[in-house]
Amino acid sequence: MKTLTAPVRLTGVLRTDRSEGSSRLVWLIFLAVFLVAWLVVALGGGSFVTVANLQNIAQRSVALGLVTVGQTLAVLGGSLDLSVAYVVSLAAMTAAVTMAGDTSRVPLGVVAALGTGALAGLANGLVITRLRVNPFIATFGVALILRGALNAAFDNFAGKVPDSFQTLGYDVVAGVPVSLFLLGAVIAAAWYVMHRSRFGHHVYAVGGDAEAARLSGVRPTRILLAVHVLCGLCAATSGLFLVSRLGSAAPWVGPDGGYDLESIAAVVLGGIALSGGKGRLLGPIAAVAILAIVDSVFNFFQADPFLRTLVRGVVIVGAVAVYAYREARENA
Amino acid sequence: MTTDELTTAVPTAAAPDRLRRLRSVPPIWLVLAVALAVIIWRDPSFAEPPSLMAFLKRCAPLLVAALGELFVIVSGEFDLSIGALMTACVVVAARVGDGDPTRTWWVIPLLLGLGVVVGLVNGLVTTLLRVPSFIATLGSMLVLNGATFLWTGGSPTGALADNLRRVGRSGITGLPVIGQLPWAVLVFVVVAVGATLLLHRTRFGHQVFAVGGGVRAATLSGVDVWRTRTAAFVLSALSAVIAAILLAGFAGLSQDAGAGYEFQAITTVVLAGAVLGGGRGSTVATVGGALTLQALFTLLNIFGYPKPLRDTAEGLLIIAAGAYTAYRARRSG
Repeated sequence: MKTLTAPVRLTGVLRTDRSEGSSRLVWLIFLAVFLVAWLVVALGGGSFVTVANLQNIAQRSVALGLVTVGQTLAVLGGSLDLSVAYVVSLAAMTAAVTMAGDTSRVPLGVVAALGTGALAGLANGLVITRLRVNPFIATFGVALILRGALNAAFDNFAGKVPDSFQTLGYDVVAGVPVSLFLLGAVIAAAWYVMHRSRFGHHVYAVGGDAEAARLSGVRPTRILLAVHVLCGLCAATSGLFLVSRLGSAAPWVGPDGGYDLESIAAVVLGGIALSGGKGRLLGPIAAVAILAIVDSVFNFFQADPFLRTLVRGVVIVGAVAVYAYREARENA
Repeated sequence: MTTDELTTAVPTAAAPDRLRRLRSVPPIWLVLAVALAVIIWRDPSFAEPPSLMAFLKRCAPLLVAALGELFVIVSGEFDLSIGALMTACVVVAARVGDGDPTRTWWVIPLLLGLGVVVGLVNGLVTTLLRVPSFIATLGSMLVLNGATFLWTGGSPTGALADNLRRVGRSGITGLPVIGQLPWAVLVFVVVAVGATLLLHRTRFGHQVFAVGGGVRAATLSGVDVWRTRTAAFVLSALSAVIAAILLAGFAGLSQDAGAGYEFQAITTVVLAGAVLGGGRGSTVATVGGALTLQALFTLLNIFGYPKPLRDTAEGLLIIAAGAYTAYRARRSG
């Protein structure tokens, strides 16, 4: 039998947390960046550690952070999702149009937005698993389809969320923005799923070697479908947060934030291998916080936004080069 | 197999062989033929040589960019930086040329030099620093976008010289039948023939396929993997520079001149049956891919669909192409 000739490797399934790597390095970098930012801003005559500024950094992290959690799951499963930016827009538009400024329709709007996100993720997953299209092409194709449909249907801001829903974007409880609780809850749930549940182990197994995982009894098709649905849900949650900030939605709210490439950049900055199956969930979260701190320092000095883009490019490539160097040395 | 078997096997295999050869024609040509037929049915004037020439002219920048991207994809990598490089070229040409035709003779080599540098950086960061090309070229994209507009202060300044724009805009006039042969068409024919010879007829081309097919096997058979991949990135960047010069001709100066070209080029290459991950692809089919994409846009235009639906059509097409390629690979493997 053909299937039995391949070596049956159980390591993919029986992996311990230890071999998934550690996000400690990224958190150390986060700490260093935080201290440097503090120092630089203090030397510039400002104060970095104020409640207002820290709240600002947190708010900034929420939208990208939510998308990045989903993207991390997709990349760990050996896939990736280029459609997240348009899923963010799709969910934001759905929520704004469904709620139409009416408080009693908030639950309906939230369910509808999450539903469209899950459906978009399911579409990605089905194209990848059933039609066996490369994830890059599949999710890029879905992104184009969504972009065309959104831009054909809306050419400006549309819909409205009620003021009661905007509390998610603006309210602060005990000095902590409400949206941070949302991000925290999503991260906690994802962390539990990825690092403490059987499903999480299976995602690592499929991302590490789908064929080995299949031979040891995991169904890669199901895992990939689930991972893409979860990724769509995370992007939709981010869309809900954005629409609560903006009060209304436009087709370009997602792509203007650059959430597709930025979330992938955050994932690799967080020490997750693009080839899948390696790295821990909290790494990319630290990376999102690092990017938000750097942004806030640039804002403080009112630096040219193009300088920020340039620095971001160098930082991303530099960080990944360091990871690649460390890994090559460890393997040698 | 002995010689006897071979000689007896040949005549019986001839008929299915021809059928198989017909089936091995990339289906992109079939899609193109149908699209063109529908266009001509709705708008017979499209079949006249001058409007066909105008059609080819519109395809030229994407075609040239896609042929460069093909080398990188066949070698098993991505190049996401070509759109940003194209924008940078148009903006740099306008800023340093400042509309002065006498500067064009050194502006073009300068742009090609910029292309070589960007290609080398992409290639070396990918091969020597072992950064995945997706990230390496995403980084170049950010750096190029940031640097270009940091330099010009946010919006493009200066002007494009007339003789530089002529390459993309005008052509050899007064010819029989076609009327005008646009320079852009001439450029893309030269690039297409050059790329075909280089990829399918030279030792370097074979090495590109070998590296994309499997790094270990290529290394063991003596291919210099990092040199081959770096050369592919340089070719991609040079094609992007040529595409940018064509684009500067008919689109002019704008701050998002090349935006989205990286993904359009990848779409084109995938439509042509290339496989992301490397080892498969063809220049001739890539030409078919670019023509098909443009024909599809023309078609949507004729039927009066809103412009955004182009994206939707492109998305459906790229998924269909990816699914078909995967289906073929499963059946033949």
